[in-house]
Parts: sequence; structure tokens; C-alpha cells
Amino acid sequence: MTASPTTLGALQGVAAAFTDAGQTSTGEAVLFWVLAPLMVLGALGLLLARRAIYGAMGIVFVMISLAVLYIAQEAPFLGVVQVVVYTGAIMMLFLFVLMLVGVDASDSLTETLRGQRWVGVIFGVGLAAVLIAAVTRVTYPAPTGLAVPNADSNPVGVARIIFGDFIFAFEVVGVLLITAAVGALVLTHRQRLTRRIGQKERSDSRVARLGQGEHLAPLPAPGVFARTNAMDVPALDPYGEPIGRSVSRVLRVRGQEREFEEFAAGLDDEEGGGTVGVPLPPAGAPGETTGPTTTITTGRGSEVQP
Amino acid sequence: MNLTNYLVLATILFSIGATTVLLRRNAIIAFMGVELMLNATNLVLVTYARMHGDLSGQVMAFFVMVVAAAEVVVGLAIIVQIFRTRRSASVDDINLLKS
Repeated sequence: MTASPTTLGALQGVAAAFTDAGQTSTGEAVLFWVLAPLMVLGALGLLLARRAIYGAMGIVFVMISLAVLYIAQEAPFLGVVQVVVYTGAIMMLFLFVLMLVGVDASDSLTETLRGQRWVGVIFGVGLAAVLIAAVTRVTYPAPTGLAVPNADSNPVGVARIIFGDFIFAFEVVGVLLITAAVGALVLTHRQRLTRRIGQKERSDSRVARLGQGEHLAPLPAPGVFARTNAMDVPALDPYGEPIGRSVSRVLRVRGQEREFEEFAAGLDDEEGGGTVGVPLPPAGAPGETTGPTTTITTGRGSEVQP
Repeated sequence: MNLTNYLVLATILFSIGATTVLLRRNAIIAFMGVELMLNATNLVLVTYARMHGDLSGQVMAFFVMVVAAAEVVVGLAIIVQIFRTRRSASVDDINLLKS
């Protein structure tokens, strides 16, 4: 933790402004009543959001607000650690894994255990009711505040306890962190069981499959022969049939490919539009000089092309 | 303002986190519910430290943060590994032991 003494001093000043020997000031009450409902909303966002990313953003908001509340509660060191460790490291790790697993990995809404949703909701409400009742009915001593332990600034007071009473726990926690790091490395390590397939192997296999529907040439461009250059409209082959491969694979996977029928429906209504999509009559035999005649209607009128 | 308000807020956050763990099937969201519960307990610890004028509560909250960091690293590694082998991050799909 490398927060400069001036920063911590400033935070300490903020904390001192908010508290007066454990009694909350009006400023702290305003801060609490502004932040608390927003924090509950952020937490509910985690519970209700369909997409994991939205839930993660709600939790990030809750964690930053908690850091503000820590600073207001005379714990500036914990406030800084909360921002750096929780929002800075842990939640960003969550976001990395969300991106790795796939942002679209949203929840399935089918219930595998019947009635699990209602049991869960009843459990949550009941837990809140029991805990709130327990917390509010206990009589606490008059709050003493942290003016005395924080006399030499809050980090110094915390450090005296960590490196005094809790020195063994501190070292054990260091071992725990090392173990966790090694564990993560071991868990995500993947041993290669098959040969690596590189560019050469891919190219060889494509050439080997040449006669079985594999094309070595580039895929056809989308929409060029369908009177539009839109990416999502398939190209037409000479017989007027849409070529599915001409639309990008990504668009096809996403289901954003436009159906050719839908596209062709508007063509006939246009002024001077031709009839696209009707299969042309088959071409004549090889060597035949007069092929079938096709009427092409253009903006200038009707032309007959031999 | 009474300091108990902080405890009530922490209680509500804890309950929401527990409900999230129970209800959501996505392993990552359930894991974030665990993080929410840890944060709520930290708020309780900090509030008690202020109530009793003893910094030990803040030290315990600090240790909770460190242990949470270690736990997140291992837990997310497990989730990534399960996703690699099963192509799914849902806790419902992991029923290998089911008869």
C-alpha cells in the first residue's frame, strides 16, 4: 500500500470532519442516507440483472460506496484498501473472467428444482428480518469512537495491531496468498495432448479435401449480385439463388443475416425495378449462339437483350 | 444518526448476497453474491470497531479482504477450468455425481 502520508492525512481530515467521538454528524447522516438506498439498488441489480456484466457493475458501485462509508467511519486505511483490492483487483478479475467465459453466458431461466425461486426469496427475506431484528434489539454501549486509537493516524494504529497481536495470522495469510497463486496456475494450466495444428496443417487438410466441397478460393462477397452491397444480404448465384456462404459467419451465427425473400419483397415495388430472384431459364447448349432472351426493365424502359 | 443504521444496511446487503447465491444459476454471479456477503460483514466489523473504540475490528476486516482475494483467485480458476471442459458456466450443468 503506497498511499502518501499527505493523502492519508487528507482522508483522516475527512474522517474527522464526519465524526465527533463516535457520534455521527449531520453530514455523515446525509452521506449515509444518500448512499445506502443506492447501494441496496446496486446489490439488487446483482440479484435481478439478466446479464452478468450489469450485476458486476452494480457490485462495483456497492464496493466503492462501501469505501466511502469506511472513510466516513474513521477507517481511511480500509477505505483505500477497499478501492485498490476489491474494486481494483477482485472485480476487474471478475470482469476478465466474464469476458473470457463469454458475455452472452446469461442465465437459463428454467427451474430445475421446482419452487426453488420462492424458497430462495422466502429464505432471503426471512434472513433479513431475523438479522435486522437481532441487530436493532441489542443494546449497545455508547459509541466511543476511534479518536484515541487513531491518534497516530489510522494506518499506524492498524499496523501496530497487525504486526503486534496478529503477526502470526499475518504470516499465515502470506502463505495462503502464495498457495492461492500457485493453485490458480495449476488449475488453469492445460497440458497439450494432441499435436499443435498450425497454418501448414490447416492448409494441407484443405487441399486434401479439395474434391469434397472444399473451396480454396476466397468466399464470394456478400450482396454484390443482389443489387446491394449490404453485408447482411447474401449474394446471388447466376440462377438467382442466394449463396449462404457469402454472408459473414459472425452475422450468420448471430442470426443477423437478412432473409433473401424479405429483401426481394421490396424490389418489385421500386420504380423500374427488375425481377431479381426468379431463376433464369437455363442457358443454351454449348456452341449455341442465340441464347434465351430475357426482358430487362431499367429506368430507361424495357430492353430486350439477345 | 444511530450507528445501528450501518448494521441494518450491512444486514440487507448480506441477505441480498445470500439470496443471489441461492437463486442465480450462473456460477460467476453466484460468486459475486459471496463477495457481497463478505463486504457486508466487513461493514459490520468496521462499525463495531468504531462503536467499541478498538481497531481490532478494522484489522479483522483487512484479513477478510486478503482471504477474499485468495478465494477469488482459486474460485475463478475453477470456473474457467470448468468452462473449458464443459462449455458452460452454469452451476446446474455440473451434475456428474447424479446417479
